Amino acid sequence: MDQALLTVAYLIAGVFFILSLGGLSSQETARKGNLYGIIGMLIAVVAMATGGEVTSFGPLVGAILLAAVIGATLAARVAMTAMPELVAILHSFVGLAAVLVGFAAYVGDHGSHAGALFNVEIFIDIWIGSLTFTGSVIAFGKLRGSIKSKPLLLPGRHLVNLAMLIGSIVLCVMVAKASPADGLQPLLIAAGIAAVLGVHLVMAIGGADMPVVVSMLNSYSGWTASAAGFMLGNDLLIVTGALVGSSGLILSIIMCRAMNRSIVSVIFGGFGAAPVAKPSGDADAGEAGEIQETNAAQVAGELLAAKKVVITPGYGLAVARAQHTVHEISKTLRAAGVEVTFAIHPVAGRLPGHMNVLLAEANVPYDIVFEMDEINGDFPDTDVVLVIGANDIVNPGAETDESSPIYGMPVLKVWDSKRVVMCKRSRAVGYAGVDNPLFTHPATHMFFGDAGATMGELLQALKS
Amino acid sequence: MRIGIPKESCDGERRVAATPTTVGKLRDLGFEVHVESGAGSAATFLDAAYEEAGATIVSESASVWSEADLILKVREPSSEEVGKIREGASLISFLWPAQNEELVDQLRARNITSFAMDAIPRISRAQKMDALSSMANIAGYRAVIEAAGVFGSFCTGQITAAGRIAPAKVLVIGAGVAGLQALATAKSLGAIVRAFDTRPAVKEQVESLGGEFLELEFEESGDGGGGYAKVMSKEFIDAEMALFREQAPEIDIVVTTALIPGKKAPLLWDNTMVDAMKPGSVVVDLAAEQGGNCESTEPGVACQRNGVTIIGYTDLASRLATTASELYGTNMVHLLSDLKGAEYDVDLDDEIIRGAIITHEGETMWPPPPPPEAPAPAPKPAAPAPEAKPAEPKAAAAPEPEPAAAPANEPGPISGWGWLTILALIGGWAALKLTLGGQDADPALTKFIQQLTVFVLACFVGWQVVWSVTAALHTPLMSVTNAISGIILIGGMHHVSGDLGSPEIILGLLAVFFAAINVSGGFLVTQRMLKMFRK
Repeated sequence: MDQALLTVAYLIAGVFFILSLGGLSSQETARKGNLYGIIGMLIAVVAMATGGEVTSFGPLVGAILLAAVIGATLAARVAMTAMPELVAILHSFVGLAAVLVGFAAYVGDHGSHAGALFNVEIFIDIWIGSLTFTGSVIAFGKLRGSIKSKPLLLPGRHLVNLAMLIGSIVLCVMVAKASPADGLQPLLIAAGIAAVLGVHLVMAIGGADMPVVVSMLNSYSGWTASAAGFMLGNDLLIVTGALVGSSGLILSIIMCRAMNRSIVSVIFGGFGAAPVAKPSGDADAGEAGEIQETNAAQVAGELLAAKKVVITPGYGLAVARAQHTVHEISKTLRAAGVEVTFAIHPVAGRLPGHMNVLLAEANVPYDIVFEMDEINGDFPDTDVVLVIGANDIVNPGAETDESSPIYGMPVLKVWDSKRVVMCKRSRAVGYAGVDNPLFTHPATHMFFGDAGATMGELLQALKS
Repeated sequence: MRIGIPKESCDGERRVAATPTTVGKLRDLGFEVHVESGAGSAATFLDAAYEEAGATIVSESASVWSEADLILKVREPSSEEVGKIREGASLISFLWPAQNEELVDQLRARNITSFAMDAIPRISRAQKMDALSSMANIAGYRAVIEAAGVFGSFCTGQITAAGRIAPAKVLVIGAGVAGLQALATAKSLGAIVRAFDTRPAVKEQVESLGGEFLELEFEESGDGGGGYAKVMSKEFIDAEMALFREQAPEIDIVVTTALIPGKKAPLLWDNTMVDAMKPGSVVVDLAAEQGGNCESTEPGVACQRNGVTIIGYTDLASRLATTASELYGTNMVHLLSDLKGAEYDVDLDDEIIRGAIITHEGETMWPPPPPPEAPAPAPKPAAPAPEAKPAEPKAAAAPEPEPAAAPANEPGPISGWGWLTILALIGGWAALKLTLGGQDADPALTKFIQQLTVFVLACFVGWQVVWSVTAALHTPLMSVTNAISGIILIGGMHHVSGDLGSPEIILGLLAVFFAAINVSGGFLVTQRMLKMFRK
């Protein structure tokens, strides 16, 4: 195909990708958005395949088909609760692919592009790709629970990071100046350093910050595609990579704002260690002290007597896979004439929007699911708030206790309502490792147990 | 410790300070309860029910007063009644110490420990004891019911075979607890409801109840702290009056609830407005006891002016005696549990007890010293004061500005970073111009610059597009962008040419393979997720 035609095809594909991101901005257009993405991708692949640069069609089609089947199986099998893991591992594939493309470009015969600039582009592509790859693998492990989610904080970790960064820059200069034959070794070393850096960065980040990490990795996977575009002189890669990169960056910024945390400190780790040392102040300790326990029958009675109920799910809901039971509960209550809504904190769960996906899976209509800012003002009129497996996102200490590490993080003000029922496994601290004065708040009743079990009991009690 | 519940002596007072339910709770707190025979009959609580709940019925009024260690009452006692209380005993009731100085002196002289239910500080911990809100809530409801009873038409609009009936238009002035309840009640009767308040912050609450908030084009907040309004400037009042005059001809029912603590109620509905109303309209003045918001109000009765009925009942809460007693009694139980029940520990360091106590051990304790550090003037859910200080802990009412929660859907830092990027680009261009000006640029560099242009533009597009994504779709967005980042597939395809055995093609094919897993997995899982989002 003519170069001009290829460029036009790329332009069309790029437009489809932009439409795709735009389509995702609301539920009504979201499915169309996904479709645009698929069309864009098809156009791009077909244009590239027929563009003249590809000659070995057999292996290419074979590889794509095999991969497509694997990908489709993964996508069809994954449980919605395991969505964060899937997204993380898919990010790692992008990183890996970028590394492979980089090396292919380096060892391949691209004499026409050769030069220092080209070498630097390859270097950047491989470096970011490698970092994305290992970082995503670690994130995957942490999300699955096979790696402890507690932040691993090496002494002097910032110095270690800095040393690796400086080493990489030195290597970059070496690669830039080296002839193709000599450059491979520093390039491999640099890939290794970036891999270690990826592991180190993600290991240092605590569980509560995982949503930010996942979206940062999403952003990296975009930048790495962009870098590959520079390297190969392919505008579509540049454009698409930049789109994905900025999208991931924005998501990270949104998450960080939701936690009132600086994005820099999340990327470089460190949160989650200091807090534990500091016991939370006794700002609220003066207010009554005892935990009031409750049981399914009592909660059911309160829910049925209420006019307005808000359900606030957290990660505990995902762990217990209780979203269907919770939906049944909300249906039963709505049938009984109780107004039921859901309140979602931006960082509830382990992925941005995680709770929304879970509730959607359980068929909860999205127009009764509200975000923090939409619903915070409604709590004073709410009769009962059912907090399921959430902790830090409903911690009043974030507003009152200046010594609290989560001080200043916007939280759901569930304590304004007339009754708060907290369904939790124990009175242990949440991911942020801080005490929650809500447990002993006069309006709070604690409903201890695994969310799966307690919600089941509650549903039984409601039905009888 | 023995509690005495005397029959209320004030004319027309139907409420009682304890109901059979709260008697049970008082006994749980360790009290012995004596109830004067017939004390609850006006509120439909019979002596038998009290006895069943464990109270002792005392037929002789004097002994209820003299033998109790603690008297619970609704209205403030008359001076004769104070004389009946045993010296050194305690009293809890409404006392209005600012208006009843003589009563306070008398209580002090008899060495009585007294608490005023109306002096409980408005902090969030004390909400469950806040009898003023309980009563205001009832008064607001009853005000609309009284008005509807007098009003000559439906509240709701109807279209019948015999003609069309317009819905009643209700105006609520003062959207505190009573005002909001009045609003909600009128709304549920089907009326068109408007509300006015000097505190713009209550707009949201009015609207949340389905009311229309009338606004003045005037900048002045009427927030006087503690959920009350303050006195407004003359210009403001003029503008307000003009607004009311404009509304008067349209409105069928007006409910006024404006009170300013410690002052005469402001005059808001003067006779010109009453005269402008249609005959048959109704004004309910909840401030009648404090002088009235309406010029024609006669406290305690309903009167007429030009065909408009002006209701000035001062016993609206008492007209719903059963529930009023229940709520008031429960408020008292909460206060007593704060006093550690029958241990009766008068802990003056407790903010609530210090605020509510009027006389103690022969001394007048009222007014309490100002709290050391601005405790949140925590309003009731329904009567909030807008809070300016973000650190203020529990002033958690609805309209509180939310400084930390940046709106997620706005292109946030674009201004700062955007300008920085633009400046950097201009700077880079200038530098290139200076160094390379005149000579032919390296073709590789030219290409790089072109690519950079594309890159920066794409970043801007992405930045603009993604900010509008709703939070609920963050996960699908991430998985779709993840699929799209599989475009690296194209990069792999660049190398799938030539000799199959070369390292380049093997690496390229592997890249294609991994990227394609990503593409198909990402798109399909997004599809699966999006299918679940339904209305």
